[in-house]
Amino acid sequence: MNDLAYVPIELGQLLLAAALIAVNIALSFALRLGLARSLLVASVRMTAQLLLIGLVLAWVFALERPLPILAIALLMSGLAGVSAVQRTQRRFAGVYLDALVSVTGASFVVTGFALLGIVRVDPWFDAQYSIPLLGMVLGNVLNGISLALDRFTEGVTQQRGRIELLLSLGATRWEAAHALISDALRVGMIPTVNAMMVMGIVSLPGMMTGQILAGAAPADAVRYQIVIMFMIAAATALGAFGVVLLAYRRLFDPRHRLRSDRLQRVPRPQR
Amino acid sequence: MHHDDAAILLVHDGGRQVEGRWLWRGFEFALRAGERVALMGPSGSGKTLLLRALAGLDALDEGTLTLRGTPVERWAMPSYRSHVAYLPQRPVMIEGSVEDNLRLPFTLGAHAERRYDPTSVRATVGRLGRGETFLAQDALELSGGEQQLVALVRRLQLEPTALLLDEPSASLDDDSAAALEALVDDWRTGAPERAVVWTSHRSEQLDRVSDRLVRLEASA
Repeated sequence: MNDLAYVPIELGQLLLAAALIAVNIALSFALRLGLARSLLVASVRMTAQLLLIGLVLAWVFALERPLPILAIALLMSGLAGVSAVQRTQRRFAGVYLDALVSVTGASFVVTGFALLGIVRVDPWFDAQYSIPLLGMVLGNVLNGISLALDRFTEGVTQQRGRIELLLSLGATRWEAAHALISDALRVGMIPTVNAMMVMGIVSLPGMMTGQILAGAAPADAVRYQIVIMFMIAAATALGAFGVVLLAYRRLFDPRHRLRSDRLQRVPRPQR
Repeated sequence: MHHDDAAILLVHDGGRQVEGRWLWRGFEFALRAGERVALMGPSGSGKTLLLRALAGLDALDEGTLTLRGTPVERWAMPSYRSHVAYLPQRPVMIEGSVEDNLRLPFTLGAHAERRYDPTSVRATVGRLGRGETFLAQDALELSGGEQQLVALVRRLQLEPTALLLDEPSASLDDDSAAALEALVDDWRTGAPERAVVWTSHRSEQLDRVSDRLVRLEASA
C-alpha cells in the first residue's frame, strides 16, 4: 500500500490501456475506413506529448518566480493561436497575429481574474494553479476562435453578393457585416453552451473527474468545475469576439469595401 | 488634364489590373449630366470592374475618380454610393417577399431620412403590369428577369444621380426588357442631371438606350 489518495499507473498498465487502440484499428480495417495510420500516429503523438508535459509540469511547478511561468503561459497561448488558425479553411494576411492577440488577450484576462479575484491563489502566479487553469481555458478558446473565424470567412465568401448589395445600397461596412459577425459569434459559442447544458448529466468533465480520482471531495471538485466553466464561457466569448472583429477590420476596409481579394482558400486545413 | 465641370462622374488616367495584368490603363471617362452612355468592350475587357470602380466597390489601381468634382476619397462611402447606383449582372435578393426586398434600403442608417412609400411602389409595380400578388411573392423564387426588375425598383427608390447597369437585360425577355427601359427612362426624366451607363451584349438595345458609345479596349 502507498499513502497516496489514488492508485498510480505503472508502465505495464499504460501498455494495457494502449491495447485499447486495437479496437479502433480493428474497426478501421473491418470497415475499410483507412484510419489505421492516422490512429497510430495520433496515439503515439498523444502519448509522447503527455509524457513530456508530465516532466515539464513537474519542472514548472517547482518554479517560484513569475517570469518563467509567464514565458510558458505565452508559449502555450502562442501554440493555441497557431493551431486555431490551422483549423480554418480560408486565411488572410495577418490572420495568425489576429488569432494570437485574441487567444492571448482573452485567456490571460480571464485566467488572471480567476487567479487574483476568484480562487485567490497565493502567490497569484503559482504554477500549480495558473498553468492548468490557463491550459483548460486555452483549449476551449482555441476551439471557439477557430469555429468563429471559419464561419466568418466562409460567410464573407458565400454571401459576397448580399454584402455588396448592402454596401452598394449605402450600408456602412458594419451594417453590411453585422449579420455575419453575430452568426460567427453564435457558432463559436455553441460548443461551450452545449457543454454547459449537459454538464454533470451526460458528461462528467475531465478536470472534475481528475480531482476526484486524486482524492478531492466531490463537493469541492464540483465547485472548481463551475468556476472553470464560467471562465471558459467568458474567455471563449471574448476570444471569438476579438478574432471576428479583427478579421472584420481586415476584410472590410475603412472605405467600406469588401476585400474578398484578401481571402485565400487553404486546400486542406489541419484537423 | 481632363477637366469637365458638367461631369457627374469623372475618371482620369484610370487603371485597373488583375493578377499583375492591366485590364485598362490611362482610361479617361466623363459621365455628364443627363447622358446615356453605352459601354462596350469584348468580354474580359473589364467592363464590370469599371462599373464596380465607379460605384466605389473596388479601388482603382491607378488614377482618380471624382463625383461632382469631389474626389471619391473625400466622400463618405455610404453617401457616395447613394448617389451612384450599381446594379450587377446577377441581381441579389434577400430572403423574404418582393416587398421585403423593396424595404431593405430603408433599414440602413444612410437613408434614415427616407421612408418606404408603399403607394408609389404599387404605382411603379403597376406600370410593370404586376400587382399586389407580385409584392407578396417569395423573391428568391422569381425568374432572373423579374429579380432584375425588383433590384432596379429597389435601387431607384433612393433617387440616385448616376445609374450603372451591368448587362441588365441578359436574363430578360423582350417584354421585361422594355419594362426595364421604361423604368430607367421614368427615373432619368425625373431630374435633368440624372445619367446612366449601360453595358449590354445586345447592340440593338444599346443603340436604343444610349446617345454615346464608349469602348473599353483591352490594353496590350
